[in-house]
Amino acid sequence: MNIAKPNSYRSGPDDRGHFGIFGGRFVAETLMPLILDLEKAYTAAKADPSFQGEMNGYLKNYVGRPSPLYFAERLTEHLGGAKIYLKREELNHTGSHKVNNVLGQIMLARRMGKKRIIAETGAGQHGVATATLCARFGLECIVYMGAVDVERQQPNVIRMEMLGATVMPVQSGTRTLKDAMNEALRDWVTNVHNTFYCIGTVAGPHPYPTLVRDFQSIIGNETKAQMQEIEGRLPDSLVACIGGGSNAMGLFHPFLDDPSVEIFGVEAAGHGLTQLHAASIAGGRPGVLHGNRTYLLMDADGQIQDAHSISAGLDYPGIGPEHSWLHEVGRVNYLSATDDEALAAFQLLSKLEGIIPALEPAHAIAKVMELAPKRPKDHLMVVNLSGRGDKDVPQVGDILRGKK
Amino acid sequence: MTTRIDTRFAELKKQGRAAFVTYVMAGDPDLATSLEIVKALPKAGADVVELGIPFTDPMADGPSIQAAGLRALKAGMTLRKTLDLVREFRKDDNITPLVLMGYYNPIYIYGVDKFLADAKTSGVDGLIIVDLPPEEDEELCLPALKAGLNFIRLATPTTDDKRLPAVLANTSGFVYYVSIAGITGAAAADANAVGEAVARIKRHTRLPICVGFGIRTPEAARAIAERANGSVVGTALVDALKNSLDADGRATAKTVNAVAELTAALAQGVKGAQQAAE
Repeated sequence: MNIAKPNSYRSGPDDRGHFGIFGGRFVAETLMPLILDLEKAYTAAKADPSFQGEMNGYLKNYVGRPSPLYFAERLTEHLGGAKIYLKREELNHTGSHKVNNVLGQIMLARRMGKKRIIAETGAGQHGVATATLCARFGLECIVYMGAVDVERQQPNVIRMEMLGATVMPVQSGTRTLKDAMNEALRDWVTNVHNTFYCIGTVAGPHPYPTLVRDFQSIIGNETKAQMQEIEGRLPDSLVACIGGGSNAMGLFHPFLDDPSVEIFGVEAAGHGLTQLHAASIAGGRPGVLHGNRTYLLMDADGQIQDAHSISAGLDYPGIGPEHSWLHEVGRVNYLSATDDEALAAFQLLSKLEGIIPALEPAHAIAKVMELAPKRPKDHLMVVNLSGRGDKDVPQVGDILRGKK
Repeated sequence: MTTRIDTRFAELKKQGRAAFVTYVMAGDPDLATSLEIVKALPKAGADVVELGIPFTDPMADGPSIQAAGLRALKAGMTLRKTLDLVREFRKDDNITPLVLMGYYNPIYIYGVDKFLADAKTSGVDGLIIVDLPPEEDEELCLPALKAGLNFIRLATPTTDDKRLPAVLANTSGFVYYVSIAGITGAAAADANAVGEAVARIKRHTRLPICVGFGIRTPEAARAIAERANGSVVGTALVDALKNSLDADGRATAKTVNAVAELTAALAQGVKGAQQAAE
């Protein structure tokens, strides 16, 4: 495909929410006025210094930002190549990057006078972050979660309930993240007047991919400043895992117009790309689902196919539309890691650095294990450690014991 | 351009009565039974037939229609076979308007131009595509109008006066007013609120207005028919179909009749309505 290179990779989307052919607003008429309201409210909030000021206060004192940029010395020695830095998003309150976006959306919901918050969740990290901020601001919180995910992410289900949220197990379809999103959209269409839909990733109808990206861009902005302080220059490469792609977009976006920075997104290859997986770019093609056009896993009739990943947070048959565009224009390289590779990385990071990663960023670590040894020792590689592994301890424990 | 939809509503206007619009899912529970059901609908009193295109992720549908779509997909239904079904139906019936209703992705993957050409030659008259608001008109709405198909837009309780002109701009055939904020098969529509909404939309358009979502009984269909140009019933018919299936979800000898009998009862309700003055 011959696609002209844009002057900037950071100027999108256009005013209709398009990144090239991707994105858009493919929603039922009932939701259209709500999405237009949200866009208006977000534009006004962005222009209001008090909005950013209030958010900065919570980011510092409630979330615990900035998150450290940590030199992973033993991992670097072990791999024998690039100098590896971990962006420690797992140290945020609630244990992942998800809270950055949820804080922004909850503050928007408050500005819009919405008292009832709904969310979808896969691994439960977005659900926990939403439940947390709803508790903090006294808002009703309903979290839709696929029944399969409720089963494999019990610790997060219990956390959400302790925080006062109602967790709704979704029994329709494949009973994972995509069905949780369908069910959240059905709730929203039914409760239009008082409800704010807090989407957890850089997907959905415009303006969600943009506003989630903007709220997550603090990851990349901090990384840029921290690397400047530590090493006096830009990093040479960035690596992040991708389900919908919000942690990756947050790290990547501030660097898109720095041509010296190589960027790698890592999708979940599940059992392998020729079998069940969740790698939409590697194994999918453009289609329309959940309000946007993007790369999707589907059959010849346009029916959405089951995704599979060991990690509930990556178990989604699509990807944010801006990632689809960055793939087509060639700015970001999209790779994939299998369940087994992620498990090996999970164990390696735990043992070498004393950091138990979530299974999601373990996919990114898995590709670092391939990329870093091929790079020189003065190559600076940043990997987004988007979440901590506490939630995965029961599941990984079972798998490892079963294998022994 | 005059479609079978335009002709049918013109006739009904002359007769002074509202349309009865039925919805069933194409290929539910299998292609052969589904064809028999669709053929039976006009004979049982349906004035307009809406045929659902099965999709794995129907975001605006309740559990009944979700399950109908999955039954159809499990039995091997596709968009191509849906068009085949329409072509078969047209061999016996060249008058009853037929509208395909569904989501955009299967059409996008089929290829918009090819789909429109095939839909037209199969005998489709109009399209209702739930996830294509006017903001995305270039995708399918404008090409469909050019291809000679009606593009029937949904208006909802959240579509205010400011937005109505945009929603109505490229709408043709009829306007589908969604009587509740919600999914198919959920809450019952309040007839008086519907009457007010229809009057509000009428101030912006001369197109017929049909009302759907939440209409299940002959009485409800009649109450709506007294306030609009048509009553749409879907979930109740899909439920009647489902209740006629065997334990494995397969059609029985009762299946076609179960849908036809409820259709006849609902049609009686609509035909008994006193049409409001235009």
